[in-house]
Amino acid sequence: MKHVNRLIMALVYIFLYAPLLVMVIFSFSGGNHTSVFQVVEGRPFYYWYEQLFREGNPLLRCLWNSIQLGIVSALIATVLGTVAAVGIYRMKNRRLSSSMMMVNNIPMMNPEIVTGVSMMLLFMFVGVMLGVSGEKTNFWTLLIAHVTFSTPYVLLNVLPKLRQTDPHLLEAAQDLGCTPTKAFFKVVIPQIRPGIVAGFLMAFTLSFDDFVISYYTTGSSFKTLPVYIYNMVRKPVTPEIYALYSIILAGILVLLIVYNVVSAKTPAAGKKR
Amino acid sequence: MSELKNLIELRNISMSFDGETVLDDLNLSIKDGEFVTFLGASGCGKTTTLRIIAGFIDPIQGDVFFDGERINGVPPHKRNVNTIFQRYALFPHLNVYENVAFGLRVAKVPKEELHERVMEMIAMVNLKGLEHRKVDKLSGGQQQRVAIARAIVNRPKVLLLDEPLAALDYKLRKDMQNELKRIQRQLGITFIFVTHDQEEALSMSDTVVVMNEGKIQQIGSPTDIYNEPINAFVADFIGESNIIAGTMVRDYLVRMDGRNFTCLDHGFGENEPVDVVIRPEDVDIVPLDRGMLEGEVTSVIFKGVHYEMIIDVCGFKWMVQTTDVQEVGDKVGLYIEPDAIHIMKKSKYSDMFGDYSTYSDEMEEALAGEEEEEQA
Amino acid sequence: MKTAKPGWGNRLLNAPYILWAAIFIIVPLIMVAVYAFTETANVFCLEARYKGQTYSYEIEMYSGKILKGDPGSFTLDPEMEGNVNMDYAKDMVAKCLGAERSEVTFTKAKPEYNRVSSFTFANIRTAFSGNYVRAFGQSLWLSVLATLISLVVAYPFAYALSRTSIRSQKIQMLLIMLPMWMNMLIRTYAWTDIIASGGILNKALGFIGLGPFKMLETEGAVVMGMVYNYLPYMILPIYTIMSKIEPSLLEAAEDLGCNGFGKLRRVIMPLSLPGVVSGIIMVFVPSISTFYISYKMSNGKITLIGDLIETQMKNQMTTGGLNVGAALSLLLMVIILICTFILNRVDKDGEGSVMV
Repeated sequence: MKHVNRLIMALVYIFLYAPLLVMVIFSFSGGNHTSVFQVVEGRPFYYWYEQLFREGNPLLRCLWNSIQLGIVSALIATVLGTVAAVGIYRMKNRRLSSSMMMVNNIPMMNPEIVTGVSMMLLFMFVGVMLGVSGEKTNFWTLLIAHVTFSTPYVLLNVLPKLRQTDPHLLEAAQDLGCTPTKAFFKVVIPQIRPGIVAGFLMAFTLSFDDFVISYYTTGSSFKTLPVYIYNMVRKPVTPEIYALYSIILAGILVLLIVYNVVSAKTPAAGKKR
Repeated sequence: MSELKNLIELRNISMSFDGETVLDDLNLSIKDGEFVTFLGASGCGKTTTLRIIAGFIDPIQGDVFFDGERINGVPPHKRNVNTIFQRYALFPHLNVYENVAFGLRVAKVPKEELHERVMEMIAMVNLKGLEHRKVDKLSGGQQQRVAIARAIVNRPKVLLLDEPLAALDYKLRKDMQNELKRIQRQLGITFIFVTHDQEEALSMSDTVVVMNEGKIQQIGSPTDIYNEPINAFVADFIGESNIIAGTMVRDYLVRMDGRNFTCLDHGFGENEPVDVVIRPEDVDIVPLDRGMLEGEVTSVIFKGVHYEMIIDVCGFKWMVQTTDVQEVGDKVGLYIEPDAIHIMKKSKYSDMFGDYSTYSDEMEEALAGEEEEEQA
Repeated sequence: MKTAKPGWGNRLLNAPYILWAAIFIIVPLIMVAVYAFTETANVFCLEARYKGQTYSYEIEMYSGKILKGDPGSFTLDPEMEGNVNMDYAKDMVAKCLGAERSEVTFTKAKPEYNRVSSFTFANIRTAFSGNYVRAFGQSLWLSVLATLISLVVAYPFAYALSRTSIRSQKIQMLLIMLPMWMNMLIRTYAWTDIIASGGILNKALGFIGLGPFKMLETEGAVVMGMVYNYLPYMILPIYTIMSKIEPSLLEAAEDLGCNGFGKLRRVIMPLSLPGVVSGIIMVFVPSISTFYISYKMSNGKITLIGDLIETQMKNQMTTGGLNVGAALSLLLMVIILICTFILNRVDKDGEGSVMV
């Protein structure tokens, strides 16, 4: 049984990591196509990395677009979701709060393509009504779409933290001289901060990686990285994007290692004994 | 005590949650420097009363006076009272020092004074050296001390304690009782203490307020409450009691179980039906021929200091605590001194308490368990 | 404990998200339904004066269909079909009136986009016609297959994972989630490089004298793409719920006479059912609605429902593209709703019976 378990685990990891491995290896290929590894004379192994950082590379522009959109939409989603979580937590009307949770679940349960299509219809309709061309305003349509699909995740990260918080803490703070508002910021916010941070990170990741919904709400003026890549991979692709994503992978790895080292160095933090 | 002024006054307070009455026309005054305990089972309204004084809830009727001023609607942060919460409600994101300093920081006390006062408090509750410890790394007793320091560092006129010792184990609870009493004497401020533990109430308080079903049953010193309970509920709730239905033949003479007993009580109507309370430790076991009543021992339990016996006297089960051991089935006589007899007026609680015919340890434990669950 | 929660500004707190959700979650879904049951058209509205008479025409953009007005003896040149612009529309009107273009004056000539017209079942009917039904069937079949394979792989994996040390569980959770942080387009694209006919896998197999096999452009490749992308969604919920099973429960089962398989069947499986149900939903929903995976893994040879929606939505300029796209989306949503409903029922009443 033990050996079978090990074998299954090994196979799953090979399956999950094979394409990443291919991606990293082929990013050092000198050829113009991703499908074969080539050594081309006159091109160093880091040729495509060099190419990637050339002036005015649209890939880099789109990467920057995605980062901007990710940060802005995650910030808005975090504020919106946190405020909503507090509102729902305090709601006395059970039916209203559960129907709010149901609506909140829609973007998470619905297939992305349906969410994308539905928002596209809305934006087109409003665009025609206002006489605004979607082509020029698509940063805003993307922003709205991204906030809409990531806010539910923020809310779901914050709400349990609120529910875990001892309601007496708020009273204790008031008892010690805080106004209700001040008590909330001094006591409750620190308690739910991990949820807020997790919600923000999740919102950023979702936004940064989103392709399907962006695809339906985008225009030509502001392209995110995944949408650009989608349009790109319909044609034969150069290893340039492999190089870009190898760098992103390395970045994620570094962040993870740093995070784990830091959290290992403060063993007292957060763990109850 | 009578020369002291009333610090807190509750007048005609009524409260209800979701249409369910929790407090029913409550009147109470608390003097400056007093150690007052609200005693009662869970759901009796004691915590609600405390929260009304703290300002977390407003009564639907009645007035709250603090130092002669009506304070209905004044929010908690503007009241000169501080609370120690049942589960302490320490701020998990702050260490011991910052928890204690919280109120002073909010009040913008100057840095040096703040440090001095915080350190003084930490010393007072014996937590020196743990200032920078995270509060969730402390033991239950230490957390309790932080909660005390955090409240009294603000120099409140009144400290409210909501079952502060309920989460501690027996030994620690005893120590903390003494500690709280010491702190109260040292500070000389008013303590309002809520508990369902009658022993705790009796050993700590100047005044005990026994509550049931949103009403005050009796207010008095611990000895008054124990020796002269006002009705069957109080008699049963405070300690063990045998409560027998009797008739007051005339002053100083009561009739029960078909016999007349001399007693010290008077002022009842002639032949008025009354409840007679006799504490188990006040009943002497004597040979049959010298007994005022005769009965048969139905159970004997060793309790350490004494034996607890149930004795059947013509169908009424008495509880007797004595150091003389008897066997189950023995016929014995019971002897009761006149000063052991306490007469109470009939109340709605008559015949509900004081008979040990259904008594068993398991029942007690089961009930206690239920109560704890409700508390949680 | 009765706690009076402070009531300040509750309404104020809830208002922003209620508003946001209403406008950007509810309204768009209503619009999907509206578009699914109506026809919209992009039309040129023309008013022509010819010989003192006024004629009004509506001609659909691109297709050149005359929606309003007398066509006379005019028939559209097949070469112009799909290319009709405003200028040509004016020519058309002139021809319809049997006049020269110069003889006609246009008092009004404006394009109108996305004009919603009457209620119709036409789009739904289209969605139930040949091609579309086949695509629905194939999507359903392939995504069910992908879900089952994911379950079969993920269940023992999650079980094995939950039995390892806490440290190893933490590291492995990271390892499982790490690929998900990389863009799915890139990872799927990398797979096509691996399984292409001249790809790495076939070359490797060639070394040991096998193949080459045709792997890309098969249904198997599409299913693999789905499994690859969504397997972590199956592992995570099952693992989470398994790691919460108290070891003492397993000991109790052993104590009561269960052997290894008995423990699995009588304790672990029923307890992990909720995790399985959410795993199934989390794999099935994105699988059945995908359009990128099928497109890439089959080089466009296999068309799933997602691909059809995509084509319809992108062809919004032809008649009814949006409407058919909306109808397909609506249908997809209904299918998924029914499936989730059934699965949740299994979870609630089944008490594990389906698993055994």
